[in-house]
Order: sequence, then C-alpha cells, then structure tokens
Amino acid sequence: MGIKWDEFFITGDPLILGSQIAIVLTMLGIVAGLTYLKRWKWLWREWLTTVDHKRIGIMYIISAVLMFFRGGMDGLLMKAQTSRPEMEFLTAQHYNEIFTTHGVIMILFMAMPFLIGLMNVVIPLQIGARDVAFPQLNALSFWLFFSGAMLFNVSFVIGGSPDAGWTSYFPLAGKEFSPGIGNNYYAVALQIAGIGTLLSGINFVVTILKMRTKGMTLMRMPMFSWTTLVTSIIIVAAFPIFTVALGLMTFDRLYGTHFFTLSGGGLDMLWANLFWLWGHPEVYIVALPAFGIFSEVIATFSRKSLFGYKSMVVSIVGIALLSMLVWVHHFYTMGAGAAVNSVFSITTMLIAVPTGVKMFNWLFTMRHGRIRTTTAMLWALAFVPCFVIGGVTGVMLAMGAADYQYHNTLFLVAHFHYVLIPGVVFAVFAGLYYWWPKMFGFLLNERLGKWHFWLFVIGFNVTFMPMFFLGLKGAVRRSYTFSVESGFSNLFLVSALGSVILAAGFAVFCYNIYWSLRHADRNITGDPWHARTLEWATASPVQPYNFAKLPVVDKLDAFWHMKKSDSPELTLQQTEIEEIHMPNNSGLPFVMGIIFGIAGFLLVFEWHLAAAVAAIGIFACLIVRSFDYNDGYHIHKAEVEQTEQAWRLREGEVNRYVG
Amino acid sequence: MSAKAYGTSSLPLEYQSEQSRMNILGFWIFLGAEIVLFATLFGVYGVLYERYAGGPTHQDIIMIREVMIQTMLLLTSSFTCGVAIHEMRRGSLKGLLTWLVITLLLGAGFLYMEINEFMHYVHEGATMQTSAFLSSFFVLLGTHGLHVTFGILWAIMVIIQLLQRGLTPVTARKTFIIGLYWHFLDVVWIFIFTFVYLKGMVS
Repeated sequence: MGIKWDEFFITGDPLILGSQIAIVLTMLGIVAGLTYLKRWKWLWREWLTTVDHKRIGIMYIISAVLMFFRGGMDGLLMKAQTSRPEMEFLTAQHYNEIFTTHGVIMILFMAMPFLIGLMNVVIPLQIGARDVAFPQLNALSFWLFFSGAMLFNVSFVIGGSPDAGWTSYFPLAGKEFSPGIGNNYYAVALQIAGIGTLLSGINFVVTILKMRTKGMTLMRMPMFSWTTLVTSIIIVAAFPIFTVALGLMTFDRLYGTHFFTLSGGGLDMLWANLFWLWGHPEVYIVALPAFGIFSEVIATFSRKSLFGYKSMVVSIVGIALLSMLVWVHHFYTMGAGAAVNSVFSITTMLIAVPTGVKMFNWLFTMRHGRIRTTTAMLWALAFVPCFVIGGVTGVMLAMGAADYQYHNTLFLVAHFHYVLIPGVVFAVFAGLYYWWPKMFGFLLNERLGKWHFWLFVIGFNVTFMPMFFLGLKGAVRRSYTFSVESGFSNLFLVSALGSVILAAGFAVFCYNIYWSLRHADRNITGDPWHARTLEWATASPVQPYNFAKLPVVDKLDAFWHMKKSDSPELTLQQTEIEEIHMPNNSGLPFVMGIIFGIAGFLLVFEWHLAAAVAAIGIFACLIVRSFDYNDGYHIHKAEVEQTEQAWRLREGEVNRYVG
Repeated sequence: MSAKAYGTSSLPLEYQSEQSRMNILGFWIFLGAEIVLFATLFGVYGVLYERYAGGPTHQDIIMIREVMIQTMLLLTSSFTCGVAIHEMRRGSLKGLLTWLVITLLLGAGFLYMEINEFMHYVHEGATMQTSAFLSSFFVLLGTHGLHVTFGILWAIMVIIQLLQRGLTPVTARKTFIIGLYWHFLDVVWIFIFTFVYLKGMVS
C-alpha cells in the first residue's frame, strides 16, 4: 500500500505543532499523575470496567465537555480568521479542516454524548429501575463512542483532518477530489461511534418499555423519559441509514466502487439524500431529549406539574414522524422540481406546529407558577426566546422558493446555531446544573453558574445575531475570508467579539466545576430542588443499586405527591430490605473499544490486512462474551441496611428509615 | 437484572426469566434496525440498478439456475430452523441439535454457491468497480452473504453451548434468538430474489 511515513505526522503548521506538544504533555501528565497517586487500579476497577449506568453517564458527560472544548477551539479559530477582511491567520485548507471537524465534533461527539450521558444517569432513576436493560452493552456503547471520538480527533495530528464539511458531500468527499486520507477518518470514525449510538438506542427502548416500576404506565412517565423513548426509537430508525451511507462512502474511497462518483454511473446526490435521511432525524435525536430536560426543569422550578402533558406526548411523537419526511429541505437547490420542493416545504413547516404547542405548554407551565430563578431555570428561560428566533428563521428557510436566496449563506448558519445552541447546549447546561447533585452529591455554585449563564447567553447572541444579517447581505458560509469591499467587516468583527464572550462563559463553567469540586457543601439532601420525579427519591449521590425498595407509583409527578401526602412509600422499613442482584463489572467493552479503534485506524490508512487481523480481535471478544455465563453478584442485606440508614437518618424529613 | 426469575413455567423455556424476555425484545428491535439497513441498501440499488455505465447488464451475467438452487437451499434452511425450534419447545435436545446442524449445512451450501456465483461474475469482468449497478448489486448481496456467514459462526457457538450445558433457560433463549435472525435473513433473501434476480431477468 506504500504508506508515506514522512506524511504520517502533520508538520509545518505552528498551531498544529503546538497542539501536538500539548497532547503529548497532557498524556504524559495523566500517566504520571495516575502513577504518582497510585490510581491505576482504581481507574480500572471503578471506571474503565464499570457497567453502572450512572458512572457510564458521567464518563459520557466528561467526554462531551472535552469535545465541547475541542469543537469550541475550532469555532474560535474560525471566528479569529474571519474577524478582519483578508486575514492571513489560517490558510483556506486549514479553514476547511476546521469547519469540518467543528461540525462533526459538536453534533456527534458533544451534543449526542452529553444528552446520552444525562439519559444514562437519569432514565433508570426516573422510571424507578436499578439499571438499564443491558448494562454491559451500555458500557460497550460508551467505549465505541469514545473510540470513534478519539479516532476522529487524532486526525488533525496524524494523517490530516477531513476537510469536506460535516456533511461531506460528494463528489468533493470522494477519492477524486479528496485524495488524502482525511476523509477516511470521517467514514470510519463516525461508523464506529454510530454503532455505539445504535446499541444505546436499542438499550433505552427496552429499558423504558420493560423496566418501569410498578404503577408507572406510559402516560405516567416523566417527560424526559418520554423524549428519551421517542429519541431512542428515532435512533433505531435512522442510524442504520447512516451506517449504510458511511459504508458506501468507505467502499467508494477505499475499494473504487461507483455509488457517489461522477464516473461509472454513480450519483453524487444519492449521498446527500442518504446523509440527510439520517441527518434530519439526527437533529431531533438531539433536540427531543433537550426538550425533555426543559420540561423537567420548568416544571420543577415553577412548582407546577407540566401543562398539557398529553399534548406534549402527542407533539413529541408527531415531531418524530415528521422528522423522517423533511430531508429534502437541506438541498432544495438540487433541482428536484417545484412539486417535490413544495411537498417538503409543507412537511417542514408542519414541524413548527407541534413545536409551537410545546412552546406554549412551557409558557403555560410557568404561568401562575412560583418561579425560582436557579441557574438551571435561567437556561430554560433563555431557551424560549432564543429558540423561537431559530424556529421562525427555520420557517423562512422552509419555503423552497425563498431558500434559493438563503441557501449556502451565513443566514442558514445563524439559523441552525440558534436552534442547536438554545435547543441543545442550553438544555445540557440546564440538565447538568439540575442533575449534578444527583451525580456527585453537591451542587454546582449558583453564583458562578449565573456568571456562566449571562456570559454564555450574551456571547451567543452577539456571535450569531450578526450572522443573520451577513447572510442576508450575501456572505457565503464556509468561505475562509472576505474582501474589504464586501462591507461585511463590522458585522464579522462584532461576531468575533461575541465568540470571545461565549468562550469566557465556557471558561467560567469549567472554573465552576473546579470550584464546586473543591469547596461546595457536601451535606445536601437527596432532593435539593424540591423536585417532582423519582430520581430525587433516593440518595445524592445515588447508591449503586439506586433504590433499596422499588417505588410504587400511582400518578404523574409521583415523588411530589408522595411528599405532599407523606406517603409510606418514602419510609423504608427494615423488614422491606432484601438482597439486591447486581451485574458484574467487565473489561470486555473497554477492550473491544480499543480493538475497534485500532482496526479503524488501520483501515483509515488503508492497511487492509492489518485491519482485518485487528477485526478478528473483535470477533474473539464477541465469542468470549457469548461463553460468559457469569450472572453477577448480590449485595447483602446488611450492606443495604447500612447504606440506607446512613443517608436516610441524615435526611430525616422526607425519606425516613424505620429500624 | 432482577433476581425474580424462572417462575412462570407455563411459558416456553426461553421466555421464563425477565432478562430473557428483555433480550428477546431487544433482539426484535435490533432486527428493526436491520430492516432499515437492508431497506436503505435496496433503496440504493433501486436508484442505481439501471446505471450500467457501458458494463454488463443483468441479462448478461445472471445465472438464474444457480440462483434458483441457492434460493431453495436457503428457504429450506429456514424451514428446518423452524423445526429445530419446535424440537426445542418439545424439550428434545437431540432433535434440536440435529435440525440445527441441517440448517447450518444448508446455509453453508447457500454460501458456497453464492461465493462461486460471485467468482464467476468477476471472471466475466463484472466487478464491484465496473459500474454503479454492479457496485450496488455486490454490496447488497455481499451484505446479506456476510450476515449468513456471521449467522453460521454464531450458531456454531450456540451449538457448543447447547452441548456443554444442555437446554437451560439461557441456552434456549440464545437458540431462539439465532432462530429469529436466521428467519430474518431468509426474508431478506426473498426480496433479493424478487427485486434483484427476477426483476433483473425481465427488465
């Protein structure tokens, strides 16, 4: 295959050299730190081999924050490059690489794992279960995502970044126009992460359908559980399309087939169709759980049950169905004709209806509520107006005829950032501030949280609002520079300054985590927010088995009503304690993740034989798993008793213990 | 993960524990994802199937007699797989193993013929790189063939476990699930036979 070793590491760019040094130093630092603190065993036993949904969730969230940093740096570099006309900070090629990795990382390696992380932590607790349906598969999902993310991230220092945009349209992404290996990274890394996501989807569908606690009918499920169920169904329905699309891309690039090529009868627009057949549902895969988070946060901090619960459920299901029927609106300019474009214009606009219903439901939930403006609630409050701007400009873009003007301009870029940042990023921040005590047993600092909030929201609006106007004036997206004569200079500069404020907000967020880790009060109850759902009916942080006795539910917002009626459900009698069955830890998912990563890396470099040998390792792992009849272990009564006493006696008021 | 299990004896062996019921439901959902996967491949084939790019057409290459035999082998294997599960429900380990082995032999026969068919096409100069039609043809059929290969290897693992442990709720569940998988591959083949081969012969 004749690999060019002199092109293995990317050289000659001071920015990349700096990153390479930073990566090596960080890795050395981590290894040295773990060795010095003698934490290797702890790392292996408590984290790398864990099958506990809460820990897996935390690992997802940590990875997502790291990826947020990486994607954010890409964003800042782009903003620096376009801050002045004719800027010579990045080359055109470097700019191409950066907007590609920014998009992929933010959607697939930040938004998705952040939400899946929160789902992992919260869903089993919220439905009153002791874990997900397939704990070990859950760990595998995480390690596949992680391995895909690492593979994708290593591209910019080894071999070269993908540079054909996060949509990687053909023919540009094909071998003919992108002969380097950068786009192989795209095809292979996303494939690995995608398999992990698909497995997560299956896991959550089964968990929610089969493991709800006694009395929790579907229509008594908290809204975040509902959105997770529907999201998981969309994952199962949409991700296989991406699997195929990426597979065909791999065949075209590595084995000379003609699916999307210009020669040999291939059809480049077939890629665009397949990509968006997955890509549009993907938007709702990240948006729906975010809506679920806002529903929980708004209900809790308005101290009211969610307004229009049933219409919320209908809206979610409606959005899920419509999400499959709008993909062509991403390329009206393909020229499918007026009739086709009209159909997709109408289906696209229809999505505004259920989304609007949800908006009004949130507003009516707040109406007459006794609102507490905690940091989590602030994110939800800011979400409403910002997301509406994103939604309204979305309806503008939905009109096929008008879209010919907006297409490929910064107007579109501003629109989807107004949808995804309020819709997803605000949501994961809200969720993180809200559920943080459940994960770690202390609150994030509220004062720093408010600094984080205001800087981030103001920075966000200052960054992206000018881009609407730039787009309407004709500034195209993905262009690495512009001329003085264009008249774009001032708006671009404002936008760049906004991004600095945005970054400052993120920095405060990171500092908040550090500060709270060091100084926050550890003496909190299981229910610090006076919340409504079952995840708050147990200790903070949650004990490994979640619930000593599984709660019994008879209405929506069960925990709230238990507290109001001083229900015996909240009191644990000593006689009720039983042995609890738990699954064993397993190193297999971690090992499989590593093998997948190695096989993927070799495939990226088109070392087929070596990749095939590594792939045999994957099958070996599957066989080991098949022959593993280990049935887990039991936590003894005495241990459960001790744990429950410890937190319940401290708590006293709400959750009691009778010895 | 709950310990309550092995109680409800009116259910077949594979449905007796809660974990098994979840595994079976999970597998059905996985099959749903597989349906989407194959539907996408069929969609791609449907778009590209007349884009010969000056290369061979369906009529030029298809060996319908061999394909007919392949079809009979695979359809019969689905039937014998059903018989195997029936034997399992009767509690007969010997019957189950016998019919399972017959199923795999039929599957292996199918695979052998399909590989031969592919080699023949390649010798005729019809490769994956020749045209969009052949790219989609080989990838659709190859994906199915890969599934059959994987199914055979997987079933062998299950047979070993049946020999080691006999019929237990866990081995019964594993056998039942591989049975679902095998029938699914058969269904996909029916679509391939109809939309790729038969339609190709008359177009």
